[in-house]
Amino acid sequence: MKYIRQFLWILLFSFVGEVLKYLIPLPVPASIYGLVLLFVALLSGVIRLEAIREVSQFLIEIMPLMFIPAAVGLLESWDALSGVFWQIMVATVVSTVLVMGVSGVITQWLIRRKEGRKS
Amino acid sequence: MKELLSDSVFFGVLISVVTYEMGVFIKKKWKLAIFNPLLLSVLAVMGILILLKVDYTVYYEGAKYLSYLLTPATVCLAVPLYEKYELLKQYTGAIMGGILAGVLTSLVSILVCAWAFGFTHEQYVTMLPKSITTAIGMGVSEELGGMVTITVAVIIITGVLGNMMAEVVLKLFHIEEAVAKGIAIGSASHAIGTVKAMELGEIEGAMSSLSIAVAGLLTVVGASVFAGLL
Repeated sequence: MKYIRQFLWILLFSFVGEVLKYLIPLPVPASIYGLVLLFVALLSGVIRLEAIREVSQFLIEIMPLMFIPAAVGLLESWDALSGVFWQIMVATVVSTVLVMGVSGVITQWLIRRKEGRKS
Repeated sequence: MKELLSDSVFFGVLISVVTYEMGVFIKKKWKLAIFNPLLLSVLAVMGILILLKVDYTVYYEGAKYLSYLLTPATVCLAVPLYEKYELLKQYTGAIMGGILAGVLTSLVSILVCAWAFGFTHEQYVTMLPKSITTAIGMGVSEELGGMVTITVAVIIITGVLGNMMAEVVLKLFHIEEAVAKGIAIGSASHAIGTVKAMELGEIEGAMSSLSIAVAGLLTVVGASVFAGLL
């Protein structure tokens, strides 16, 4: 029974996310609304962690599998992509490395500055 | 044989899971970044489909049930985030500053690349949302007049690249704080990168989950400003 109830909660938050997506004219997906709502619900004690723990652990653990179908779908968009493929790849690699580096370095610098001020 | 495969509901899911498991095994054996389980799985499934002459639509008929779970799974990312709430409260400024820096870097770097490669306006806005989660990115691309299918492709490529290169890039930039690692991975490569962040640790995973939402929302605003620049 435990797992049914846990799954129910998670589906409920997913559905409420869909409702918000329908009502609010922004390019924000149901999953992000659901994530924020569940986070707020956990913080405010509306729902306890125990009420969703195992099923959420399971879903998060198998999450990488969920990206495979869409990524295999690149086969289908190959025609649209092939003309500019190398330019896009170079831009994507350069940009991804830079974003990761800059956001990490800035976060770390701000954390250490704060820590430094404290000690 | 072909009818069997196209009638089977489990074929698509099965080859996805089997190839992923094989990817995990290969990664364990040879610890090279290029042997990324997700990348290996995707390439292997593509190979199988081409070899057996199975249409993507046939594969997707079964595999869609994996994609179906993506929304509930993303909702569940609230759990690791909640478990690390103290950390989030303690470093709110640093976290938000880091994500904002990441979003700006993404937009500026795409602008520079677009200028360098002579992209058209349409190609440029197609690339702008590349670092954010697919569903938000599609919306942004559509609104700015981009080619949505290519945006989706670029977002997925970004995610796989981020997942694959994270450890090397973090080392290269001397990023050692767990919080900073998570923010870096999530800001650059959304949910697919977050899978790697989860592997690195609970703090990394939680911070990366947070970055998916925050970077996504900041990019909605940022991309509409940047779209006017080329």
